Amino acid sequence: MMKENKIDIKKIIIANIVPIVFLGISAVGVAYSGVNGAIIMSDVISRFARNGFFVLSLLFPVLAGMGLNFGIVVGAMAAQIGILIISIFDITGIAGILVAMAITLPFAILFGWLSALVSNSTKGQEMLSSMFVGYFAHGIYRFVFLFMLGGIIKIDAPEIMIPGTNVGVRNTIDLTGVKYSLDNLLKVDMFTFCFMLAGVAAVCAVYIYIKRKTVSKAAVAALVVCAALGVAGNILPALVMYKRVVKIPVVTYALIGLLCLFINFFFKTKLGQDMRAVGQNMEIAEVSGINVNKTRTIAQVLSVVLAGWGQIIFLQNLGNLSTYSAHQNVGMFASAALLIGGASVKKATVAQALLGTFLFHLLFNVSPMAGKNIFGSAVIGEYFRVFIAYGIIALAIALHAWKQAMGKKNS
Amino acid sequence: MENIKPVLEMIDIKKDYYGNQVLKGVSLKVFPGEIHALVGENGAGKSTLMNILFGMPVISRTGSYHGTIKIDGQEMKIETPADALKAGIGMVHQEFMLIPGFTIEENIKLNREPLKDNVFSKIFGKSLKSLDYDKITQDTQAALDQLGMDMDPKRPVEGLPVGYMQFVEIAREIDKTGVKLLVFDEPTAVLTESEAERLLLTMKALSRKGIAILFITHRLEEVMASSRHITVIRDGQFVKYMPTSDTNVVEIAQLMVGREVEVIERHKKNLSEDTIMEIKDLHVDMPGEAVKGVDLNIKKGEILGIGGLAGQGKIGIANGIMGLYHSSGKVTFEQREIKLNNPKDAIAAQIGFVSEDRRGVGLLLDESIALNMVVPSIQNQKRFVKKLGPISLIDQKAVTENAERYIKDLDIRCTGPSQNVRRLSGGNQQKVCIAKALTGRPKIIFVSEPTRGIDIGAKRLVLDTLVKLNEEYGLTVVITSSELAELRSVCDRIAIVTEGKVAGILPAGESDAKFGLLMSGITETDSMEA
Repeated sequence: MMKENKIDIKKIIIANIVPIVFLGISAVGVAYSGVNGAIIMSDVISRFARNGFFVLSLLFPVLAGMGLNFGIVVGAMAAQIGILIISIFDITGIAGILVAMAITLPFAILFGWLSALVSNSTKGQEMLSSMFVGYFAHGIYRFVFLFMLGGIIKIDAPEIMIPGTNVGVRNTIDLTGVKYSLDNLLKVDMFTFCFMLAGVAAVCAVYIYIKRKTVSKAAVAALVVCAALGVAGNILPALVMYKRVVKIPVVTYALIGLLCLFINFFFKTKLGQDMRAVGQNMEIAEVSGINVNKTRTIAQVLSVVLAGWGQIIFLQNLGNLSTYSAHQNVGMFASAALLIGGASVKKATVAQALLGTFLFHLLFNVSPMAGKNIFGSAVIGEYFRVFIAYGIIALAIALHAWKQAMGKKNS
Repeated sequence: MENIKPVLEMIDIKKDYYGNQVLKGVSLKVFPGEIHALVGENGAGKSTLMNILFGMPVISRTGSYHGTIKIDGQEMKIETPADALKAGIGMVHQEFMLIPGFTIEENIKLNREPLKDNVFSKIFGKSLKSLDYDKITQDTQAALDQLGMDMDPKRPVEGLPVGYMQFVEIAREIDKTGVKLLVFDEPTAVLTESEAERLLLTMKALSRKGIAILFITHRLEEVMASSRHITVIRDGQFVKYMPTSDTNVVEIAQLMVGREVEVIERHKKNLSEDTIMEIKDLHVDMPGEAVKGVDLNIKKGEILGIGGLAGQGKIGIANGIMGLYHSSGKVTFEQREIKLNNPKDAIAAQIGFVSEDRRGVGLLLDESIALNMVVPSIQNQKRFVKKLGPISLIDQKAVTENAERYIKDLDIRCTGPSQNVRRLSGGNQQKVCIAKALTGRPKIIFVSEPTRGIDIGAKRLVLDTLVKLNEEYGLTVVITSSELAELRSVCDRIAIVTEGKVAGILPAGESDAKFGLLMSGITETDSMEA
């Protein structure tokens, strides 16, 4: 009996080795950074809100068998077009965000469709080809933003054009007009947020009870845990710091939550099932009458559109747009986040995306301080962060390979 | 019969691939509720004919076909698998069309999932309808029940035994509403004997329900036992249509091959007393084919057969010696102990191996014939390379010459040494595997299941090749095969493996009864040594 238990634990560890290793690394990082837990948490929560949507958008291509889509950067570019336009017309606040999202949509659909054309003619090499689609798009983007805007299309907005010439967009655009306009719609401290979650769980439990006449254990457990956390935060003195520092942008998190629900719903629909089938085996899907290219195109377009909206959420949180670099590496970082969560290039779940985003930003946050404290130099600390970002991808891929080898040995 | 309309008629079907005429006018007629056998050698055009019937993409991509297809007397142009589906044609593929990561029910209902409405589908159209999982499970259960299979519909297909996968395929086809014709493409090739028997019974039961069955196989006994009519094709040409009751195995075989099939009589030769390989207490941890303590002496220059029922461990022996599965024990080859669990050492000792898993272990499917033949020699013997300073390059000329030689010697039918092996037929792939082993200049060659999934003509050629190698070059050959008759036609001695051990070794000429006894695990002391 004991022995069987032991094997099970070993299997679970092997199956989740990637997040476990990164949890370990993060714990070490947190310990060495010497920063107060509340401050780390506050920062990670803000970064998570910034990036969560974007990482989730990567799930579609992974499940449709196209691997990690580094070409997702074209979505970010579409978003930056939207942001630029609202800056030109000076639309601010939540209206600005909504208009930017609306403008992003047609561009993202077009860019997604174009990159799907490339992916569909490079089947099996999508990860590589999408990376080059990203580089290629970057070239065109620079041509348009540096030369055509102002050069061919006259734009009367001196505050965003390069001063003097009026040709080309400035290197940095100030987005004060829309900064935090989504995040600040409703911002509460983390324990109030716990009560809100408890409320959502209660509604779910009641809904499930009415519909299926069963008490959902998961919903009740979530209700109890959230409510307990909320109460603890309001009465325990040890958590005062957390209550004061950690603020949660409720609307942004609600959007991420809705996207999670949508993804789970989507992969239980006909189109979602087709996408999974195509992802598992294109040939069999085609023989079964599924239009493989069309399904892959839809996956790509959906992903690029969501990534575009994700980039808008990111930029409104950041408060400024680095016109020529904001989209660079977003595909790389989002892929890294997904990998850390335990996803592979073939299989990924919503939970893995969320966990991965959390761990990635935790590491990103604590690594400079930890590096500084370990090596005694601030410069090395900053290098350490870059090292962590890229090292993560290499380590995660290596761990996946190891996991596969272990799986083979055990079977 | 004449009054009944055939459910399927294919008339004068022609098809070429890039100018290479593979079908030169084939006709086929199948009546409702009958089992119709389509027989022909590999490369005869059976698969192409079925690809046409099923509207496979490979056909439309290469310029469609000529000829007429009639379903229930109605002329139809089948261009996509969806057309075939609509016409009521189902297919059980030779290579399973199952998605391993999906559950049984997801596979059975693939692209035919029952759906139900939700809020989004009302706005965005039917592709966003939810899957109706309750109905999926219910239908799947019904289809499995009809086949008498006791399987959990929610189980993933990955890891199911091969025989079960076949039944999942069949369940998928019979679940399709309005199926009039079911095509079984070499369904028994991958099954054990008992599974094959069960499959034949299932086919008969289905045909009694009025479903016509088109049965493609190279096992002629199965044709005789199950079919009502037979169509024979050869080299892309229609040869004969006849009722099964008017013919016999020998005639069918002759029509298929177009030449007399003879069983070569092996002349008695004096076996050498020298032992070339000594196997002591070999244990191999191969799933489904575990070896549990085999002792065996292989004599120099003999053809040794290793026989026995499926799952008893005969396949594991060669795999263990070659280091493909974890093994323990002692193997001595020419007075040198072979390091177990180390394929490089086995290859270095010039032990040749033709795996039973042609496509998985034996071949690099997307590489050329020429390269496939020389890869182990390049890796292990540094042959077929030329030195250019510190860099080693593949000697393309030598590689091509080697390939051309074996293509000629073994009669490999292909477009040339540079063709990828994926598109070759089973028999020709097997010959490439043998050529690969021979290119390594082996002193002994282990050949596992050399004739699995290949037809009579090619079978004979493969076996003849092995005999020739043995007689002309004195190569020691060890053949592992499930087909006893085949072993008896070429081997000097046959070891029967039962429950992971050698039950006994008999000369090939020994009586059926003695072999049968050994296979059923009854060891007679007097049959231990030949």
